[in-house]
Amino acid sequence: MREWWKSGAPWIWLNGGAVTISMIMVFGLLLLILVRGFGNFWPHGIFETTYTAPGADAPVRIIGELRRSETLTGQAMRDAGVDIPEDQVLVVRHLVKMGNRDVTGRDFGFFIDDFMGEWRYPEDIAVLERREWGDFFGTPVRLLENGVTVAVGDSLWPEFQQRLTRSNQLFDEIRRIERGAIGNVNFRIERVRLDERRAELEGTRTPEMDAQFAQRRADLQAEYRVLEERLNQLYDDAARDSLVLRAAGGQEVTVRLADIVKAWQPNDMSVLSKIGFYVADFFDFIFGYPREANTEGGIFPAIFGTVVMVLVMSIIVTPFGVLAAIYLREYAKQGALLKTIRISVYNLAGVPSIVFGVFGLGFFVYFLGGQIDQAFYPEALPAPTFGTPGLFWASLTLALLTLPVVIVSTEEGLARIPSTIREGSLALGATKGETLWKVVVPLATPAMMTGLILAIARAAGEVAPLMLVGVVKLAPTLPIDGNFPFIHLERKIMHMGFHIYDVGFQSPHAEAAEQLVYATALILVLLIVVLNLTAITIRNHLREKYRAEGD
Amino acid sequence: MSQRNPAASSMSAGLFEGSTRTVRSLADEEIAISVENLDLYYGETQALKSVSMNIPKQRVTAFIGPSGCGKSTLLRCFNRMNDLVDACRIEGAINLHGANIYDRKTDVAELRRQVGMVFQKPNPFPKSIYENVAYGLRLQGVKNKRVLDEVVERSIKAVGLWDEVKDRLQSNAFGLSGGQQQRLVIARAIAIEPEVILLDEPTSALDPISTAKIEELIEELKEKYTILIVTHNMQQAARVSDYTAYMYLGELIEYADTMHLFTNPREKATEDYITGRYG
Repeated sequence: MREWWKSGAPWIWLNGGAVTISMIMVFGLLLLILVRGFGNFWPHGIFETTYTAPGADAPVRIIGELRRSETLTGQAMRDAGVDIPEDQVLVVRHLVKMGNRDVTGRDFGFFIDDFMGEWRYPEDIAVLERREWGDFFGTPVRLLENGVTVAVGDSLWPEFQQRLTRSNQLFDEIRRIERGAIGNVNFRIERVRLDERRAELEGTRTPEMDAQFAQRRADLQAEYRVLEERLNQLYDDAARDSLVLRAAGGQEVTVRLADIVKAWQPNDMSVLSKIGFYVADFFDFIFGYPREANTEGGIFPAIFGTVVMVLVMSIIVTPFGVLAAIYLREYAKQGALLKTIRISVYNLAGVPSIVFGVFGLGFFVYFLGGQIDQAFYPEALPAPTFGTPGLFWASLTLALLTLPVVIVSTEEGLARIPSTIREGSLALGATKGETLWKVVVPLATPAMMTGLILAIARAAGEVAPLMLVGVVKLAPTLPIDGNFPFIHLERKIMHMGFHIYDVGFQSPHAEAAEQLVYATALILVLLIVVLNLTAITIRNHLREKYRAEGD
Repeated sequence: MSQRNPAASSMSAGLFEGSTRTVRSLADEEIAISVENLDLYYGETQALKSVSMNIPKQRVTAFIGPSGCGKSTLLRCFNRMNDLVDACRIEGAINLHGANIYDRKTDVAELRRQVGMVFQKPNPFPKSIYENVAYGLRLQGVKNKRVLDEVVERSIKAVGLWDEVKDRLQSNAFGLSGGQQQRLVIARAIAIEPEVILLDEPTSALDPISTAKIEELIEELKEKYTILIVTHNMQQAARVSDYTAYMYLGELIEYADTMHLFTNPREKATEDYITGRYG
């Protein structure tokens, strides 16, 4: 035993154990996110059964999707007031998603296995993903066109799918007009108002200008009326068809095709078509817009907002960090003062991020933003342009947060450049500046990229400061669009980290949101992996380019 | 002219067996650089003690001596490379073209253009072979592609590297071997047409074949340039140099024609060093 202690083996076991535990935790987390995240898109089967609750007169018919099952002690259930026989030790209960929130008032429910009848999976049960009120589970009965039955029985489902495609095309058209064309007209009308206001503020307003403004406004109004007419037409067209289904309770419910995003009959699908559905659903999630307080639909604006914010942050933080590091390492006189500055910078990395958020809100948003508004956007006041949280301020706050990382990495990179290279340049008659910019800084770029990679990883996952300086639950517009000047730094954005928080913990439908949280977390992790891989590829490319002989 | 017998003994007499060269005298030479009472201090330590010497034009002058004798420090005084050391202080003068390079008015960058330097370890820039050689010219603002091409080709040809690299001028200089890299940095130095070239142990990191090539190159380069070389290798000093200076503990002990110094040293210390009895 003594020998064993002396041999150092305990240390190796201790170190190895620490590594193992860390790896298990990391991979466990990733596995959980992967399984739960990817599981969200699979079209699970829908069962039908009867449920006779204790004390109820007649069985109730339920249709639903099994979410999870749990085993509890009979005593616990009895204490909770459920009528379980005294001698029963264990009780299995199921969480079932029943959909039909608008019909029954609740879309999730717990059911105790003992009171359930036989489970059947009828092939004709359909799931409708609706634009409002969540999913609908039911058996299709007939298809209506302007209130007249056009299909029943076997021909119903194919005919319905065909008409659903048409209705979705109409909806896409409506969406395009509303978001694109009408958004653009509104944007230009606002422009006219701002131009007018500016002329007024500057005192240069003339009757000719007034006429011009009126003309522009009239033109835009006309444009708007044309679009509006087209829109009404489309809405009328879309309202043509509807589907009648029988819900679990036996009642018939009419659903307009215009309200349906997609429909499927999971019990009737082969594995192959389920995979196809899965892939399509996954893409819809990534490229779709959120609906119903973010608990349904996709997360495209959040992905887009996160990426744009990280990119803008990179553009800000890289030059600042690199220049600061070059000054600290190359020009500043090494001494006590420099040491103090360096320690302060390094310690900035340890400041809680919410502190940066508060600082960003107070200094960037209210002070700087307020000044910018008064100087450049007086016509829009009292509505703030930059004096309110937005993309630019969020990026700037994150840049401040990640600045120490970039500075430290760059400094280390510069310190690693061999002095012989510098001397070689100086010996050719280069000044210190020329040597720096032509030889030393290019050699240090891989180190700068390392700093940037760390900064991106930190920034993409940050949430706390962003809630104060520009990230919102639902942004009506993307920060980049077709309206001049195309990149709108003052706009509020959506962000995946905040999206997870919002959907998971601020949403009224906790059960419905749970899977969405996993899926969003998965996409966020994937997004950070993609961003990092891109940066790492660039860094390795640079390393290859500047690889010195022998190392 | 000098023999290259690798089996040559360290005994000085053997170095010049069969050589046809004659003993020259500094008095007959045109002087390129004159050093006057040069003292150099690193903080409190004095690294060079009142060094005075005349460096002849278009000749190879070698500096030998044990480690820490100040020969590299002296070499780095000629292009003011010691300016990079914070605690370094210099007294005395080094005259180039009759002007003291330690004068307050001297443009250091301009000085370094006239006095090129090659270091112990090859130090090409992380750029293409072409850009390495063109670097000095680009610093001087030369943009004309034809001029650049011409100078690059001429410089690389001058160091005998042209046939080896002419097909891959745009590839990274790090891809070359150590000996090729060292010749490349010599090409880089002569591309800006200096008058003086300082070589700080240019072959100490190279294999024997690359060393032989560099030595041949030095032979050719002295037709145009004044060359100062620091070396640990006495055979090398004997082979390539016209004049040799022996330094010890920051002092210039003896400075004379190479053949004379090696075969008939004036000082006892010099003799001890070159015959291997030093230490």
